[in-house]
Amino acid sequence: MSDATHPAAHKSPARSLHQLDARTKRRNASERRFKVMGIVAIGIGLAFLVLLLSTIVINGSTAFQQTFIKVPVYLDPAKLDKSGNRDPDDLKKATTFTYAPLVQNGLLEVVQKAGFGSELSKSDMKNLISASAASQVRDRVLADPSLIGKTVDFEIFASSRVDGYLKGRVHRDEIALDKNISVAQLDLVDSLRKDGALHKGFNWTFIFGADASDSRAEQAGIGIAMLGSFYMMLVVLVLALPIGVAASIYLEEFAKKNRFTDLIEVNISNLAAVPSIVFGILGLAAFIQFAHLPQSAPLVGGLVLTLMTLPTIIISTRAALKAVPPSIRDAALGVGASKMQSVFHHVLPLAMPGILTGTIIGLAQALGETAPLLLIGMVGYVATNTPEGFWDGFVSPNSAMPAQIYEWAKRADPAFYERAWGGIIILLIFLLGMNLIAIILRRKFERRW
Amino acid sequence: MKTVTFTASALAIIAVSGTAAFARDNVQVAGSSTVLPYASIVAEAFGENFDFPTPVVESGGSSAGLKRFCEGVGTNTIDIANASRKIRDKEIKTCADNGVKDIMEVRIGYDGIVFASQKDGPAFTAFEPADLYNALGAKVLKDGALVDNPYTKWNEFNADLPDADINAFIPGTKHGTREVFEEKVLLKGCEDTGAMKAMVDAGMSEKDAEAGCMKVRTDGKSVDIDGDYTETLARLGSNPNGVGVFGLAFYENNTDTLKVATMSGVAPSTETIASGDYPVSRPLYFYVKKAHIGEIPGLKEYAEFFVSDDIAGPDGPLAQYGLVSDPELAKTQQAVADEVTMGSGM
Repeated sequence: MSDATHPAAHKSPARSLHQLDARTKRRNASERRFKVMGIVAIGIGLAFLVLLLSTIVINGSTAFQQTFIKVPVYLDPAKLDKSGNRDPDDLKKATTFTYAPLVQNGLLEVVQKAGFGSELSKSDMKNLISASAASQVRDRVLADPSLIGKTVDFEIFASSRVDGYLKGRVHRDEIALDKNISVAQLDLVDSLRKDGALHKGFNWTFIFGADASDSRAEQAGIGIAMLGSFYMMLVVLVLALPIGVAASIYLEEFAKKNRFTDLIEVNISNLAAVPSIVFGILGLAAFIQFAHLPQSAPLVGGLVLTLMTLPTIIISTRAALKAVPPSIRDAALGVGASKMQSVFHHVLPLAMPGILTGTIIGLAQALGETAPLLLIGMVGYVATNTPEGFWDGFVSPNSAMPAQIYEWAKRADPAFYERAWGGIIILLIFLLGMNLIAIILRRKFERRW
Repeated sequence: MKTVTFTASALAIIAVSGTAAFARDNVQVAGSSTVLPYASIVAEAFGENFDFPTPVVESGGSSAGLKRFCEGVGTNTIDIANASRKIRDKEIKTCADNGVKDIMEVRIGYDGIVFASQKDGPAFTAFEPADLYNALGAKVLKDGALVDNPYTKWNEFNADLPDADINAFIPGTKHGTREVFEEKVLLKGCEDTGAMKAMVDAGMSEKDAEAGCMKVRTDGKSVDIDGDYTETLARLGSNPNGVGVFGLAFYENNTDTLKVATMSGVAPSTETIASGDYPVSRPLYFYVKKAHIGEIPGLKEYAEFFVSDDIAGPDGPLAQYGLVSDPELAKTQQAVADEVTMGSGM
């Protein structure tokens, strides 16, 4: 190459391609070392992935199963309808506290009919069945008052302890101090299981149901929180995509390059790195305290996440626009198209796959976000009411999937912990699905020049 | 594309500037994470039995809840703050400055604070306040002199305690539980060990000595937990020698992994707390903005339902979950029905 190395080349002995000299050997060895390091790195990464996924599946899969007990409940007219006129307003006066003993009586009868535990009273049944049973029966009666006076079969949830026992989470030798279940009650559970009154089934309530209070983990579901996430994603999509694309087209195609646009560019890149909790504080101040939007509403959550997602979308859109070769623009302008026509008829369609990929990845990021929601009232015992109609879903209090998972992980009953892992499985399925769509779009429509 | 952009930006502008206040039809609650389980049980039953929507209950700690409570009056502020301690005068003043003048204080019952450790860990089965002070206090009395806490093992000051490293997880300062821990355990232990007397003798005023007693050592033997009890549980899981502070209800849900220690010889239970034998307990409260009654549908009904016999009585679901029911519940019920506010003769 240069003169300095030239004399050295003269001095070097004659080489053969078949015989490796020391230097080549060293180079080859270092290449091998590098390959090994790469493989080790990938191996470690894969091992952690497998560990993570298997932990999630092992811990979470049980959340999709639930123990049910079949109980015939005698709907005593003397207790449920004191006035005797079956008037819906009067029937509502019988609260769940009136219904609870009826369900316990029903289970006691099942137990005694099967010939176990004749010495048990109905308060012993309390720990076996979910506190949700009373409201389940009440709802059914209010929907169909003609059931009063009859004995009706109900499939009710077993309590979280009984459920945990059948799933192997609650062990006989560890419950000595537990006042929510006793060994005698577990014996009863075993006999009921043999008898067929108690069985395990797929837990649809977990997927479609609402959150439940701390005393009835068995009834908790992620369905309403899923709706909350859906509404937020809708807001993000409707706002962030058009605003982001418009901003990037302007910055990339129309704006002059000067100090001001440079400043904007630097700020957009900076915003993409701002911790998400900051957007939560901003959302609280701007949307709730200043604009008086309702607290805990998916609309506000969506607006906050829009702010968070915008930089991601702008950056990826600009990259996609940049990747369209200038020759396309030149050709369009050359045949007489206006600047706007060249952008909207030629550049934008070619950049679309990149834009969509960026948007979907931005959405997936927003879907997994909890921190900003903490500050706008979406974390807690929130996801309980099904919205009344489509538009109400934007403003009625709701949570989001990751926020629900976080909430469950904090609660005392270990059954909630199991549900948190189950929630992670559902969230992961959504995220994988979204990333898969992004990959397919890219593969299918991407063009290279 | 252009029209889409326009509609979207118009939508955004409407959404942000359309300040027409949204009517809220659900009760909004925030505050203590200790009260959260009880409040969620009540909210759930309330939603089931009434035609009102289920109230929204958030957590975040007593102080954070009261701070939001005192932000002002209006549908964009919360209606009820849950607290595991009494509201402070400073907070009442902040409230008044922001227009929150009429506050109803409702006591819902009592909660025990327990000291628990890993079930298979060292035998932490009996504590006295003095032990915990010696283990965790900033300055302790050793050989008659007041020194920076030198102890590293429990058996160094009490031979009955296990030969294990001191490693305690106590609630952080934003929790109401911390205050009870300081007053009922540290201060008591400080008096019992004579450290307080030594401080006063050394020329400190009574008040300064009390403050000195409630200081916790900062050399890493005592760890503040700012999260919830689940975090304390997780920390205990990885520290066999750890001792953690929990609420009674949380412990009762996790008896399979935790063992509880007696305090001054009394085992914690709803019975011993109700009788007053177990010393470390505190009342739980919620605070209602009276100005919101009549504005927010279901607010008064929720407050009344919370303290009704069906819910907060000795056989109700709250007691079942671990709340120690208030013997003076009838008085509270009457006060809520009459909407008695603080400072109006209660």
